[in-house]
Amino acid sequence: MSDHNTRLNVAKTYKLFIGGQFPRTESGRYTKFTLASEGEPVNVCRASRKDFRNACVAARSATSQWSATSGYLRGQILYRIAEMLEGRRSQFIDELQREGMDAVASTGEVDAAIDQLLHFSGWTDKHVQVTSAVNPVSSAHFNFSVPEPMGLVASVASSAHGLTGLVAAIAPAITGANTVVCLASESHPLTAISFAEVLHASDVPAGVVNILTGERAELLEHFASHMDVNALVLADVTDEQRTACQVAAADNVKRVITIDPAQLPGVTIDGLDAVSSLQEIKTTWHPVAN
Amino acid sequence: MTETSHLAFEGPWDYAPAPESTSHITLQSEYGLFIDGEFVPSASGQQFDSVNPATEDVLARVAKAGSEDVARAVAAARQAATQVWQPMAPAERGKYLFRLARALAERSREFAVIESMDGGKPIRESRDIDIPLASAHFFYHAGWADKLQYAWPGQRVAPLGVAAQIIPWNFPLLMLAWKIAPALAAGNTVVLKPAETTSLTALKFGQLCQDVGLPAGVVNIVTGDGATGAALADAKGIDKLAFTGSTGVGKSLIRSLAGRNIPYTLELGGKAANIVFDDAAIDQAVEGIVNGIFFNQGHVCCAGSRLLVNESIATPLLDKLKSRIETLVVGDPLDKNTDVGAINSKAQLARINDYLGIGREEGATMWQGGSEAPEKGYFCRPTLLTDVAQSSRVVQEEIFGPVLTVQTFRTFAEAQDKANNTPYGLSGGVWTDKGSRIFNMTRQLKAGVVWANTFNKFDPTSPFGGYKESGVGREGGLHGLRAYLKTATESDA
Repeated sequence: MSDHNTRLNVAKTYKLFIGGQFPRTESGRYTKFTLASEGEPVNVCRASRKDFRNACVAARSATSQWSATSGYLRGQILYRIAEMLEGRRSQFIDELQREGMDAVASTGEVDAAIDQLLHFSGWTDKHVQVTSAVNPVSSAHFNFSVPEPMGLVASVASSAHGLTGLVAAIAPAITGANTVVCLASESHPLTAISFAEVLHASDVPAGVVNILTGERAELLEHFASHMDVNALVLADVTDEQRTACQVAAADNVKRVITIDPAQLPGVTIDGLDAVSSLQEIKTTWHPVAN
Repeated sequence: MTETSHLAFEGPWDYAPAPESTSHITLQSEYGLFIDGEFVPSASGQQFDSVNPATEDVLARVAKAGSEDVARAVAAARQAATQVWQPMAPAERGKYLFRLARALAERSREFAVIESMDGGKPIRESRDIDIPLASAHFFYHAGWADKLQYAWPGQRVAPLGVAAQIIPWNFPLLMLAWKIAPALAAGNTVVLKPAETTSLTALKFGQLCQDVGLPAGVVNIVTGDGATGAALADAKGIDKLAFTGSTGVGKSLIRSLAGRNIPYTLELGGKAANIVFDDAAIDQAVEGIVNGIFFNQGHVCCAGSRLLVNESIATPLLDKLKSRIETLVVGDPLDKNTDVGAINSKAQLARINDYLGIGREEGATMWQGGSEAPEKGYFCRPTLLTDVAQSSRVVQEEIFGPVLTVQTFRTFAEAQDKANNTPYGLSGGVWTDKGSRIFNMTRQLKAGVVWANTFNKFDPTSPFGGYKESGVGREGGLHGLRAYLKTATESDA
């Protein structure tokens, strides 16, 4: 029997993160997520294809502003995300445990995620220099090649990791000035939406990062076939899923990049490679003459 | 002739014929497949004709490779990779590439003439651009062979193995060089399939490989049509696929590679905007527009096929452009006066004419200039389509011929939107005297190669490749090398 003198806690509603806002899924569907620890099950939003398409509209609208934002400022924003996450460290450690991770692993995950974000914040104003070139053409032209963002990246976070998998699905894209629609891991939907709150408080412009919770088996084909998505990042999908995605991605020559979950967690992931895999190289020519 | 043809002097503007001699070239009547250092017939014994598109004469009979032949070529390439090419000291590999560069330069006249006979491009272009650039590609990449560790500091690099390469008919030998030179420099061996209509310079290149003593199996050439290309892409044992051609075929290749863990680079179609602002040096812009679309009969994936001109200068610019086009000589590819040669094949000419019909049905106004085309052979006069909409098929789709659509714009933003509003993103052009505007527009264009106050320039050191549906990866320069190497961070060792 409940004790009428105990305070009843306020349960959190976990929603989607689209265009800088936290809407419920337009479909009205939910998935019951049973906590590993005590507490009521959580009704997690089960995003639909329409939610994904709405998120793509938000992400596309944010591309021009975000790609015009200086590397210096994007670096500060990524640093801010790390800073905010550090401030909520204990909340995330606690939430990972409620999702079923043990205490030691949870702590390791959150610390690694923070360090990963810090690592990427430093790449925003460096990767361009490292992968650019002035090309010594034999004619009288000045010719240079620089990386530019691909545009809109759809990514599927690793299920094998809680927070580092999510960061690995988002940070390389936004470091390189892309915008992202990310499908959270089905086993870690709570931390994903709490991470959206961190993003929301970190001056990340609306639409730059969008996070959906839902079923991978349902949404994957839509991620792969959407004609306005420039690149698809996949973590720990099955061979069949990856093949199906590669076939669907051919319709608009979408770039398909696979993240090896063995490289997670931590900063052992090659940050430059991850950022560069979501960049196009642009070469510009101009005559040298009077 | 129109009233605007200021350069078209009184009476016909005739040039005395100046044909390049074909006496110093050697062509066999038949060619086999080049596999494991030898020319061999195809297993099926099938052959096809290679036709001169300017005269419709058969130049040679060429073997048609089937999947059995492709498998033999891949096996030869594998053997050469593991037994010879990869164990060889990198500097020695480089020497073979230097030899190929030099041998091409020494025989450049022969290669240029055959290129023009087999493909229809003006001898002026094959002589001054295609062959010298092909040689330069080998020379540039030769020097990389023993310096790969400097390309990405901190990374260990290794070759991929056997590279399957499929190339188009618009720059036959140059595309061969773009593909083979970086692959060999990085320590890979290759199986290359030339386009069905332009096999001859590739087969001559096979003989060059024999002449310079390149180890057998390092370069293999399998000739044939799309079925041969599909057999090569599907072949077991390839470690990499490089393709240049249409976006449609590129997409089908991506699907055939799905699940096979084979890296690929694709150079696909384009529909480049050539943007002329009101402060541009107008005569230079006119030259750039002409070079952008009529170079190689417009059979150029990066051709500037959409002119976007500031409304305020549209009338004087178009007058000058038409006047300049009237001076273009359409005709015999082997004539040194020829500006616009033959359309590569009967099928391609039919395709271009289909698009001209579609354009007119969509309401476009068609204007054609230049000299009259010869009656025999496949020719198309330089064509302008005005009164087109952004949604017109002739504006959205790649025609791959000497056809320029003309649109106007009033503001920078309108030019930017129109330029980027196609599924393609290979190249673009910007003409303005204002430096800040150049940098603004070249940044805004979603395209892999942008020419400012110039157009259609190429160099072995300059990466080339597209955004969006124009392809994946880059070829040329430092960035192009990466497509033929595996890299790993040194700390992972």
